Amino acid sequence: MSTEANASAPTTGSNRVKRGMAEMLKGGVIMDVVNVEQAKIAEDAGAVAVMALERVPADIRAQGGVSRMSDPDMIDSIINAVSIPVMAKARIGHFVEAQVLQSLGVDYIDESEVLTPADYENHIDKWAFTVPFVCGATNLGEALRRINEGAAMIRSKGEAGTGDVSNATTHMRKIRAEIRRLSSLPEDELYVAAKELQAPYELVKEIAETGKLPVVLFTAGGIATPADAAMMMQLGADGVFVGSGIFKSGNPAQRAAAVVKATTFFDDPDMIAKVSRGLGEAMVGINVDEIAAPHRLAERGW
Amino acid sequence: MVTSAVPQPSSPPAAALGSAPASGGPAAGGPVVGVLALQGDVREHLAALAHVGARAVKVRRPEELEGIDGLVIPGGESTTIDKLARAFGIAEPLRAKIAEGFPVYGSCAGMILLADEIADPTKDLSGHAQESFGGLDITVRRNAFGRQRESFETDLDFKEVDQAGGPVHAVFIRGPWVERVGPSVEVLAEVDPQHASHTATLEGKARIVAVRSGRLLATSFHPEVTGETRIHELFIRMIKGEA
Repeated sequence: MSTEANASAPTTGSNRVKRGMAEMLKGGVIMDVVNVEQAKIAEDAGAVAVMALERVPADIRAQGGVSRMSDPDMIDSIINAVSIPVMAKARIGHFVEAQVLQSLGVDYIDESEVLTPADYENHIDKWAFTVPFVCGATNLGEALRRINEGAAMIRSKGEAGTGDVSNATTHMRKIRAEIRRLSSLPEDELYVAAKELQAPYELVKEIAETGKLPVVLFTAGGIATPADAAMMMQLGADGVFVGSGIFKSGNPAQRAAAVVKATTFFDDPDMIAKVSRGLGEAMVGINVDEIAAPHRLAERGW
Repeated sequence: MVTSAVPQPSSPPAAALGSAPASGGPAAGGPVVGVLALQGDVREHLAALAHVGARAVKVRRPEELEGIDGLVIPGGESTTIDKLARAFGIAEPLRAKIAEGFPVYGSCAGMILLADEIADPTKDLSGHAQESFGGLDITVRRNAFGRQRESFETDLDFKEVDQAGGPVHAVFIRGPWVERVGPSVEVLAEVDPQHASHTATLEGKARIVAVRSGRLLATSFHPEVTGETRIHELFIRMIKGEA
């Protein structure tokens, strides 16, 4: 599986270096930011990384139109403003946007359904890059297809830009339930399981044996409160992406710090209660059920 | 290279977490070693410690510093761990314990947090520089080897570990290096320019990536993600006063 370095030559972009980067983010919160000011607020609040993008998902949803990779100048300015890792989004299948992001020196690329897909059949061949990728998934088969294409980190998709955590819950429960099911199957049923999951047999067999994904699993899409973040951690997420939930709320700096603390003490209700006080207004949000199916971002990617 | 007992990413059920000793392993008589569990690759360190016979426990609260024989500060984001450690009141008691000779091992972010001086500390919006717990008379430079694109793995000669196992395979992830060591500090490993990926930043010099002073140990790299257990073994020997 992992790339073994030969005796002495240094190796970059290996599986271990890519997946290892995600291991270091565990227990942390990655925040969407659209400018230097927000990036500094996120870093101050204790974010482990920021995701640089032009519009947060709530605005993408409200304004419509085609959504693309961010302006390189904007990404540069954020890279120069903060010392924590900087991630950025490329459109699904848009390998040239990914090449540009790698050239800019971003630390992780999110091949994201939040942007308008550039290819409705193929995702990016992520093995071709030195920089690691995170991809969204709504179920185990989708996660394994992304890992097979080279993703070094998975996030459950949820429904971005809603402030409604229900889809994040569904996707996290689904992925973990499907992993548990594989662990319970006899070996001779794994072939059909792989077919049903539409995932490579080798990966399915590995999951069945280890009972876990070979990469870190974060959660995303609709997390708006400290309690939302803690619930996702209790459901087994390794960490949390927060998009619109912070900078669409009444007091972003305080809410951001509270979400970070609740993620660390996700299993301590007294602490979650304490950090949840006095945060002002949460993002107003929309219920996922009220969004017509063609406008649901989680259904992009396959 | 990778041994079966070691770090598997991804998540055990929440119920399995918490501050109970890590299950399994020949732990009964070993020292109790905490892993600072505010953020970072805590699970990998717990697994590596259990593998070398320690009873590994998670530490998040000041009172959890009592009753442990040593502490590991994991890899992660040093600015995040610093902020959480101050917010939850664990930074000051930990500083006091370090001053009394408490054994601590830090990998990557952990090295930064053990350094007396950070060459390029990030500053918050009010101009306050990031802090460290300190204890090691060294100056570290964060992300010295470059960004994630430049993160690399390589082999190192490493003093004080069992040399029969050959060089130590080291994974550097946006790692720091040590720019200055005080007289009390022993250098355990260096990366020379031929063994680093982003050679321009090294300016032709070998860079210090592992140090020890008294019962404090720090590495720029992550032995916990490779299955390399000799560094954790060394730390256990330091706790026991055997090294």
